[in-house]
Amino acid sequence: MMTKMKFVLLLAASLSFAGAARAGDTTLYDDLGGEAGLTRIVNDATDAFLADKRISATFDETNMDRFRVKLYEQFCELTGGPCKYTGHSMAEAHKGLHLRNVDFNALVEDLQDALDKSDIPFATQNRLLALLAPMQHEVVTR
Amino acid sequence: MHKLKRHFLASLFGLLPVISSAHATEADLFDSGKLLATGGVSQVEGAGGGGLVPWALITGYGTRDAIGGNVHGTYVALPDFTLRSPGISLGLFDRFEFSYARQTFDTGSTGTKLGLGSGYKFHQNIWGVKARLVGDAVYDQDSWLPQIAIGLQYKKNDRGAVIKAIGGKSDEGVDVYLAATKLFLAQSLLVNATLRETKANQFGLLGFGGDRKAGYSTQFEGSLAYLVSRNLALGAEYRTKPDNLSFAKEEDVFDVFAAYFLNKHLSLTAAYTDLGTIALQDHQRGLYLSLQAGF
Repeated sequence: MMTKMKFVLLLAASLSFAGAARAGDTTLYDDLGGEAGLTRIVNDATDAFLADKRISATFDETNMDRFRVKLYEQFCELTGGPCKYTGHSMAEAHKGLHLRNVDFNALVEDLQDALDKSDIPFATQNRLLALLAPMQHEVVTR
Repeated sequence: MHKLKRHFLASLFGLLPVISSAHATEADLFDSGKLLATGGVSQVEGAGGGGLVPWALITGYGTRDAIGGNVHGTYVALPDFTLRSPGISLGLFDRFEFSYARQTFDTGSTGTKLGLGSGYKFHQNIWGVKARLVGDAVYDQDSWLPQIAIGLQYKKNDRGAVIKAIGGKSDEGVDVYLAATKLFLAQSLLVNATLRETKANQFGLLGFGGDRKAGYSTQFEGSLAYLVSRNLALGAEYRTKPDNLSFAKEEDVFDVFAAYFLNKHLSLTAAYTDLGTIALQDHQRGLYLSLQAGF
């Protein structure tokens, strides 16, 4: 019994270590490729949102040039980059869109595709998604 | 879902809300809208979870606006026994889960050794319900609160006479469990802890309650999974069990697993599991395979 328990604990420890393993002195902003990398990710993701039939209509009344700039600012600030997000609050920005979880998740999938396209490791992708996930509370209103 | 069906269902159930903005998408009752792998797989008793442990996640890919469901088949090959367990489950609005599994525990040639006859089989029907109480394992990354669910499993075994003969008290029983699941997304790590009140001997395959201990006891079940990619999770589970029967000791069980999610409709879980001693047969370690198909 003890050996089994020990084995599981050891496995747990190594799994958590694998999860925690990351470069200690670089920010997520750096790991996403800094200004050039994040710009490409934001542009690829935005293109994917607009090409996604599930959610493209939700951008009908959005100024997409401004959207790209604000999304970049937001990601940059969130990930520890040298930026300041100057856009609306998430609640304000999505007011009246009546988004559901299915819309929110479609956008997440498109973002994951964009991150894949830039060869961002899955563990790094998840560090970004962990920062974005709580926005569901403000973005999804029904 | 096709447009026609969606409109039909929407008008049928009056689910199409007054849309105040042209941007809003229509409700799709079968949206398969959860993110890949976040419905979990089907655990050995049919509930949404890992391989051995029920989790707080609601099975299937339906979001809180929709219904998800799946069928699964699980096969466990042990040195002296095999277990087959097909099942079906339904997730409603990411809130309620209903499941059914039918387990066949085949004693094979070991049946002769146990005096039951070669190829003697125990069958068990398991009906499960689960309700999510609080929290969201995926979105609540800004909180330490896990997703918490309460669940019930009613189990009915068809070998009452044998169960009585080996000291078991009943051929039916109800397990109650409380599961807490937390996704530490920044670490790509899923952690689950489940507390179960049970009388079951060997999951109920050898009945409920026994001559050593007749009543309920509290058992702990834990799971850890590391998300390698959108499609692959690697993990381990540990589950304690009661030891109610004096004729044969019962041990804790564990597994290490790989769950591969081809897409939201098909997943395959393969595990190496150690179920300990079962009916005097030591070292019941072997392969666990489970295929799930659904939406």
